[in-house]
Amino acid sequence: MPEFDILTTLIVIACVIAVVMPLVGYLTLGERKVSAWIQDRVGPNRVGPLGLLQPLADGGKFFLKEAPIPSHVDKVFYLLAPAVAMATALIAFAVVPWGATVAQPAPVAMTATMDGKPSALEQYEASQKKYHDTFNGVIVPGLDIGILYVFAIGSLAVYGVILGGWSSDNKYSLLGALRSSAQIISYEIPLGMSVVGVVLFAGTLNLEGIIEWQKQHGWFMFYQPLAFLLFMTSVYAECNRLPFDLPEAEQELVGGYLTEYGSLNFGMFMLGEYTHMITTSLLMSILFFGGWSFFGLEDVSTSPLWGFVIKTLILLAKMGFFLTLYLLIRWTIPRFRFDQLMGLAWKVMIPLALLHLLATMLVRQFSLPNVVLTVASVALFVGAGVVGLMVGTAPNNKPRRVAAKVEVTTAS
Amino acid sequence: MPLSEKDVMWVEEPKLGLLGQLYLPIVYDGLMTTVRHIFSKKLTESYPEQEPTLPPNYRGVHRLNRDEQSRVKCVACYMCATACPAHCIDIVAAPAPAEWTDREKYPETFVIDELRCIYCGMCEEACPVDAIELTTLYDLTGLSREEMIFDKEKLLSVFDQTTAAGTDPVRTRSSNLGPAAEAPPSY
Repeated sequence: MPEFDILTTLIVIACVIAVVMPLVGYLTLGERKVSAWIQDRVGPNRVGPLGLLQPLADGGKFFLKEAPIPSHVDKVFYLLAPAVAMATALIAFAVVPWGATVAQPAPVAMTATMDGKPSALEQYEASQKKYHDTFNGVIVPGLDIGILYVFAIGSLAVYGVILGGWSSDNKYSLLGALRSSAQIISYEIPLGMSVVGVVLFAGTLNLEGIIEWQKQHGWFMFYQPLAFLLFMTSVYAECNRLPFDLPEAEQELVGGYLTEYGSLNFGMFMLGEYTHMITTSLLMSILFFGGWSFFGLEDVSTSPLWGFVIKTLILLAKMGFFLTLYLLIRWTIPRFRFDQLMGLAWKVMIPLALLHLLATMLVRQFSLPNVVLTVASVALFVGAGVVGLMVGTAPNNKPRRVAAKVEVTTAS
Repeated sequence: MPLSEKDVMWVEEPKLGLLGQLYLPIVYDGLMTTVRHIFSKKLTESYPEQEPTLPPNYRGVHRLNRDEQSRVKCVACYMCATACPAHCIDIVAAPAPAEWTDREKYPETFVIDELRCIYCGMCEEACPVDAIELTTLYDLTGLSREEMIFDKEKLLSVFDQTTAAGTDPVRTRSSNLGPAAEAPPSY
């Protein structure tokens, strides 16, 4: 790992936070606008031109409102929960590239020094120096446990939910929190397993390295479409987004774990949730859609500055696409029942992820062409559908009461 | 009649085909629907800027009608006050001036408490001379309770206002509204 310039890192952190926070604000506005459009409404349009100042008004309201603490709550954990939710979401951002990146140079094999050529050590140091001098669009460049770190921190986010639900001392909150923990733990498994395939191919956990691999060999989306599908579904569940928003299903649970929260405490939960959406959108673009690469468009300009700008814009455009998809899916698929939710994770996604992982290992072990994996991926997906068809309607879809055939006779 | 077992028809869930079992085509269909709605015409009326067009039989603020000589039409018969379920109409009758040959009485005061009124329209139905009507004015506001008690002048001014704006209620406009709004023929 290269040494860090603490000042540069601090500046980058400040810049990233300065971009992410308003982005979260505008994401809430976007959410409301898109919801409104889909429902044939206009959406918020009173604050500023086209309602563009709405996030400012919302933020101001969060800050200025009284933060009431109900007398029956466990004060320490009640106040800790939103902090955990927000902090984990922000910390996870540390290793996720948001712009153009350069992968860390591979170590150089030690060989006998030849005359006139630099020695292995000199080569290594030169490449390290070059790497060190290039600006990387990520807060912590070259962290070798990259994706592992993201998942480790991401799993901590569930503590915010559980602590909030438990300390609120409210049945709705507790139910929401319990549902959420069951859901997040279940979906963590296919989430992790779908990424293992990517890591097996890229040979690194480092996100910059994964982008670099895709730049050379093509996007993982083309080789492992099923893994992408599993990843996306799990991530929606992890973010508590509709169709998996059972922890805060308003119709059943009032507000779920958020029931007892108000003002800025509530705002921090929201902030964490939307930051999580941004992180996962970036992750989807990076892991499966080649990060900042786009069929050679990223190499249009040779100047380092313009190259950086173009690559960053490509990555951010991909992120925007996935964010939009988040908003659209919300109004497209109705919420799952809880048993359907669990059934989807344990009966469909985990077996599929395991089989897909197996296919990936086989392709890797026998050095088969990557296209084989594409075919296997699609075949597994269709196979799952065929199995579903042969089994008939899955048990979780059956009506609770046995349907009786009744001859409809018209009264004469 | 209680529901017998025979009346109940159980509907079975439709079976999903292969495309249905794959989920994605269905999700794609749904996405296309939502995207289509994003670009479809919006139904929102931006209220203060864009006033709603209300049907002429809307029951809003009352008005007291004037006749052709712009006298108050009311003959102080108390039918509306009697019909009113909220008891919000208060009339004081007086003998009509000598030159008003077509009636014996006229209302000296005619007061409606707009806060008590439930806007049921029964006064309008009870009135034998179509003197009281409910208009399409809906955005009635006031800063005090006294302000919301409308006297005769105020009610007459509502008539002037609505007539000027061309938003006469359904009875006054019946001739313009076609045969459906007219009184049924008497046999």
